[in-house]
Amino acid sequence: MEMLSGGDMLIRALRDEGVKHVFGYPGGAALHIYDAIFRQKDVKHILVRHEQAATHAADGYARATGQVGTVLVTSGPGATNAITGIATAYMDSIPMVVISGQVVSERIGEDAFQETDMVGVSRPIVKHSFMVKNAAEIPEIVKKAYYIASTGRPGPVVIDIPKDITAPGETFPYEYPDKVKIRSYNPATRGHTGQIRKAVQLLLESKRPVIYAGGGVIQGNGSDLLTDLARRLNFPVTNTLMGLGCYPGSDRQFLGMLGMHGTFEANTAMHHSDVILAVGVRFDDRVTNTVGKFCPNAKIIHIDVDPASISKTVAADVPIVGSVESVLTEMHAMVKESKEQPDAEAIKAWWKQIDEWRQRHGLYTAPRYNTEGESIMPQDVIRTLHEVTKGEAYVTSDVGQHQMFAAQYYLFDKPRRWINSGGLGTMGFGLPSAMGVQMAHRDAVVACVTGEGSIQMCIQELATCTQYHLPVKIICLNNHALGMVKQWQDMQYEGRYSESLYEETLPDFVKLMESYGHVGMKVTRKDELKAKMEECFAMKDRVVFMDIQVDQSEHVYPMHVAPNGSMRDMWLSKTERT
Amino acid sequence: MKRIISVLIENAPGALSRVVGLFSQRGYNIETLTVAPTEDETLSRITLTTVGDDHKIEQITKHLNKLIDVVKLVDLTEGAHIERELMLIKVKASGAQRAEVKRCVDIFRGQIVDVTASLYVIQITGTSDKLDAFLQAVGEASILEVVRSGVSGISRGEKVLSL
Repeated sequence: MEMLSGGDMLIRALRDEGVKHVFGYPGGAALHIYDAIFRQKDVKHILVRHEQAATHAADGYARATGQVGTVLVTSGPGATNAITGIATAYMDSIPMVVISGQVVSERIGEDAFQETDMVGVSRPIVKHSFMVKNAAEIPEIVKKAYYIASTGRPGPVVIDIPKDITAPGETFPYEYPDKVKIRSYNPATRGHTGQIRKAVQLLLESKRPVIYAGGGVIQGNGSDLLTDLARRLNFPVTNTLMGLGCYPGSDRQFLGMLGMHGTFEANTAMHHSDVILAVGVRFDDRVTNTVGKFCPNAKIIHIDVDPASISKTVAADVPIVGSVESVLTEMHAMVKESKEQPDAEAIKAWWKQIDEWRQRHGLYTAPRYNTEGESIMPQDVIRTLHEVTKGEAYVTSDVGQHQMFAAQYYLFDKPRRWINSGGLGTMGFGLPSAMGVQMAHRDAVVACVTGEGSIQMCIQELATCTQYHLPVKIICLNNHALGMVKQWQDMQYEGRYSESLYEETLPDFVKLMESYGHVGMKVTRKDELKAKMEECFAMKDRVVFMDIQVDQSEHVYPMHVAPNGSMRDMWLSKTERT
Repeated sequence: MKRIISVLIENAPGALSRVVGLFSQRGYNIETLTVAPTEDETLSRITLTTVGDDHKIEQITKHLNKLIDVVKLVDLTEGAHIERELMLIKVKASGAQRAEVKRCVDIFRGQIVDVTASLYVIQITGTSDKLDAFLQAVGEASILEVVRSGVSGISRGEKVLSL
């Protein structure tokens, strides 16, 4: 058997696990590992400029491919800088393995230089974590970490490795295990057939059904199954922010996103529905509005791989614990074989009602924002982006108004194309995650929709884009303010803009881009938007930053009325509400 | 209502902190907590008591089960079970008080396990309610120190919590 040092074993184990890319940043406690990286060619390391970006890049990589993203950081500040990205991945159930260096075993607990209790600090935001005590355990721990991160409800796993464990002096027999068994970890696979039958019965009897599908459908590779089932039943479908793309956005049966900034038709249909098929969702507070008023007449079927997600905030009438893939397959087979069929008359009447809602206030039948003025409307930027990229781009986003506009107006037809921090809402996510996507799909068109606030939270990554030739396109909706904060201040604080305006402090983004060797473009006029954007995407091998000066007073609508509102209670514009 | 949850957990570093952390992270209360290895040295058994309605207890057990280190768990209060807690208590015992305390110990079937001229150390086991009742009977004025083990429990009959 081959004899390897701990550091070499770690990198060899990554290779044998199929890891192609590691996003990271070196430092004292990780130096043996970095030396092992230097002496091989199979695992490619991408040097970011801040550890937070390493986690977001690995996260974007994971979201775009379905594979586990891998991060390598050093102890202390390296580890704590990774925390925001780990929390981001945890909230959105993204498979990720984070390897952190640690001070040598015998210094642990002595407040040594660059010592942080990484296992302790990360504990509430990881699916699991390991502290390596013996180098010989490395292959098995790596195998377990990737297995845990990628199965069941995925999530981040931390492996903390003291420096002495990876030291070159001592070698150990290396063998990478084929499989691993963890007696206390048996993620659900098949759903309960009796429960699925009950659910099918409810679906076939329903008169006003809605399919409410989320990120779990994408994570569980269930998009095609869900689409087939929805089409067979002719039921309307709405997606959560995390689920966009799991059902084709341009399809007639798609009602748009639901929730706080969901469409009028999606939220209203949910409120009036009699049966909700909830798949891979978690009834987040940004979806339900006031839980006590949530969809008062609906029977709820809830499919999720995580039993703890079921009946956490909203009680399920038919809970089904199982993988989306297996449950939807079984459900579709039952629907096909059933003698009963959906009540065509009732479904037709339901669609008539929904189409009437679409006509009245829908986002896609006519523009619901001012198209007459001088200024560039943010909604138009996203629609132009969709047009120029033919709806085929991978779109990452940061957090705020631009994120909501992108979610509303870039109608995603495929899963894994919309990449954003839904649960944690992490500003700074957009650019590094776009790098991760571009690393995974070298020839794909990758656009990062951002704002002039968010982009400054990880702007140092422009240098990483240079180093690895990652030609992402940055579409910056520049409104000279923290737009979503300002919108809330308009609506709830009588326009007192506490710390949300940038005044004259913004950098000249064009010059900034140039200093990194990229292309910067400033867009100030409505009539030049499309031509400039075409120019931007024509520069296939360059990073291009579009500084688009958008309307500074625009709000995101619809917006749920809170507190105490129900799903159907929305502001539709600054003056109009349901 | 009070629940007694027994958890078999991997005897691994950090395992206990994950359980305790889960409670503080999600805003659940732990009233008592006991941990010790079992006859299988790879496993520890945690017994904890908590208070909550059915919805809360369901969430607690689901989240505990989600922890990778948790092998198995049972809510003992769902069925017939035996509940015990051990208490050591140091009380003043001089003059007329001495005989009174001794009588009280006998009534509660406790034992006096250490004696000085002026105090007793008493050992008493039973349900938490019984221990509470004993404390009340002895009276706050004579109590110097109390140490309780927290609740341990096991189900009655054939049911077994093991691998």
